[in-house]
Amino acid sequence: MFHDADALLLARFQFGFTISFHFIFPAFTIGLASYLAVLEGLWLKTGQAVYLDLYKYWLKIFAVVFAMGVVSGIVMSYQFGSNWAVFSDRAGPVIGPLMAYEVLTAFFLEAGFLGVMLFGMQKVGRHLHFFATLMVAVGTFISAFWILSVNSWMQTPAGYTTNAAGQFVPASGWLPIIFNPSFPYRLVHTVTAAYLTTALAVGAVGAWHLLRDSGHAHARKMFSMAMWMAALVAPVQIFVGDQHGLNTLEHQPAKIMAMEGHYQSHPDGAPLILFGIPNDAEQRMEHAIEIPRLGSLILKHDLHAPLAGLDSIAPENRPPAKVVFWSFRVMVGLGVLMLALGALSLLARLAGKLYEWRWLKRFAVLMGPAGFIAVIAGWITTEVGRQPFTVYGLLRTAESASPLAAPAVGASLVAFVVVYFAVFGLGSWYLLKLMSRAPQPHEPEPANAPAHAAGITPASALASRPGASHG
Amino acid sequence: MADPVLTIIWGGILAFAVFMYVVMDGFDLGIGILFSTLKVGRERDTAMNSIAPVWDGNETWLVLGGGGLLAAFPLAYAVIMSALYAPLIAMLLALVFRGVAFEFRWRDPAHRAFWDFAFTGGSFLAAFMQGIMLGALLQGVHIEGRAYAGGWWDWLTPFSLLTGASVVSGYTLLGACWLNWKTSDETQARARRWMRVLAPATLVAILAVSIATPFLGNQYFQRWFSMPRVLFTAQVPLIIAILTWRFVRSLRRNHELAPFVITIAVFGLSYVGLGISMYPYLVPNSITLDMAAAPQSSQAFMLVGAAVLVPLILAYTAWSYWVFRGKVAHEGYH
Repeated sequence: MFHDADALLLARFQFGFTISFHFIFPAFTIGLASYLAVLEGLWLKTGQAVYLDLYKYWLKIFAVVFAMGVVSGIVMSYQFGSNWAVFSDRAGPVIGPLMAYEVLTAFFLEAGFLGVMLFGMQKVGRHLHFFATLMVAVGTFISAFWILSVNSWMQTPAGYTTNAAGQFVPASGWLPIIFNPSFPYRLVHTVTAAYLTTALAVGAVGAWHLLRDSGHAHARKMFSMAMWMAALVAPVQIFVGDQHGLNTLEHQPAKIMAMEGHYQSHPDGAPLILFGIPNDAEQRMEHAIEIPRLGSLILKHDLHAPLAGLDSIAPENRPPAKVVFWSFRVMVGLGVLMLALGALSLLARLAGKLYEWRWLKRFAVLMGPAGFIAVIAGWITTEVGRQPFTVYGLLRTAESASPLAAPAVGASLVAFVVVYFAVFGLGSWYLLKLMSRAPQPHEPEPANAPAHAAGITPASALASRPGASHG
Repeated sequence: MADPVLTIIWGGILAFAVFMYVVMDGFDLGIGILFSTLKVGRERDTAMNSIAPVWDGNETWLVLGGGGLLAAFPLAYAVIMSALYAPLIAMLLALVFRGVAFEFRWRDPAHRAFWDFAFTGGSFLAAFMQGIMLGALLQGVHIEGRAYAGGWWDWLTPFSLLTGASVVSGYTLLGACWLNWKTSDETQARARRWMRVLAPATLVAILAVSIATPFLGNQYFQRWFSMPRVLFTAQVPLIIAILTWRFVRSLRRNHELAPFVITIAVFGLSYVGLGISMYPYLVPNSITLDMAAAPQSSQAFMLVGAAVLVPLILAYTAWSYWVFRGKVAHEGYH
């Protein structure tokens, strides 16, 4: 009835499904935590109430996103063992300590200061509260650092040797493992993506409220801040992505071949395939629209440089080009639209019409979810492009899974799909509800801020002095 | 190669992390289980607010337990998590419901009853599954080579159901003790009533698990009752008896913090008892600490971080509890 192959496929679906859902939340919290730190810092520096109002407005949204990130993240920390036992056993001595460092340096830091950040505004002094916000923001970044180091090691393993039990173990020292060849590129590309994603979401919310009331001061402030981010960061991200791609070409050429749709080798200059229908079964691109030699120019900076195709890779080691080719195009296409949004906002700003051009605001609203989609598309590109390996070139995905019966994995997959769509679907609905309400002067704190009988310090009494924040 | 001293140290650190989790998320989950018995409105809001700022930190010890096990004893992590597949996944999904309920119940007043139910149901299921996982591990899992070789319903036995019920009872008692400490008036009175029911129930549960465990085989009997070990192990039930007496006394005298502390101490002793049963195995009769240990370089690298960071974590966690110290008042959030 069921075969091992079914169990493997189900386990892969489950991991892909749960991690894609999870990834959306940290992609937002990494950027949002930094945005909140900037807002609170600007409030402390300038004393302008608009920053505090925006802080409290986004804090409520942050709390919901963060909760979803936490609960979906705990699933990930156990799923390596539950579904990928062989991988865990063999790669654990290398990736385990990096994940343990993530917990020790990042998760506790975030969780330890989150309570004060969310509920402590009236309980600690404003500088201490700002410190808590900073710690949460720093925590999200440190978390990204470690988990992307783990992921990068799986993509470009380095600094390891194998022991008698077949485990990967450190060869000498941890720096070559942590700073493996693809890590710096992946870290910068992913964290920048998180910032850009957040900027687009904030910009969309600002634009939405400006469409109703183009004079709304709070909406203007966040729209302007977000458009600055989009204008400055989108071109940086495209450059970083290009560098990341060149790094991938060096270390995982098969992934680039799949991204580019290069089934065949091109000894004298490869074309850039804009679109086409990849046919993995016959290993050829159908209905390709391509620009001759441009592929070689982009990847090798030489029109006539030879470029190998998937036909140079053993068939059992080829990634599925069909998925990777499309997910890569979705990511790049959205990146170009982001660049356009940023550029148009600069134009509007120069013309002094940033808050007036309706089609710019409409465009910004449409681009609200673009960051999330691009992040997931990029993630699919890099992860599916790593196939058929979990540890690239060393441990095959088919050899990595737990010895579980297919019905067990099938049942858990169904449970995850149902629960995640229901819970996180509702959570997203609550987020949209929060966002659909415009920020107000004297924006309230999270509604469930718990009051405690003790613990109100003189410093916070001073901070909450009437008029101190809205003078 | 693994280093025996580092291996023991890491065994200790992970035991500490899991115990921190059991106590800290124990009272969170316990409050979740009691939640449905609290009055809608003020009483529920107060109970939830008493843990809202700290639950996330409490749950992080669970992540450290998992991540630490993967790092320090990868083989044990791989085998245990696949052996306990069904209860593990059920626990994770239960934690999803109870975790988001903290935020969602405030965001959707029209469906607050649903999220309150999700909070209670998620807390109950998570606690029950954790107990089942404990029982399933104690009764032993079938291993061949370096992999789990049993079926996916092996975990379900009368013994694992007993440990499941025990953990639910113990967590709920911790939750009631926390409410007794952090709330006042009506809520506190209700918590005290629950303590009077849950304390004997938990004691019976501890007793039942203690009696059943030596008969599971796995050399548990020898580890407890062989001379001269019995001179040491006999102290465990003795101290639990003394603590029980102290608990009854503190309840009679309406102490607020003492019952919570005593309950934690009873948890600690039960935990030591489990340690006596298990040591030196991580998976009974098949995988010892030494067999599962990661190489010396992995454990040493993490120890540097843990030595600095765990005290730091304890310090700012304590600070966070300090900021939210005192009784939770209802006033101030309308």
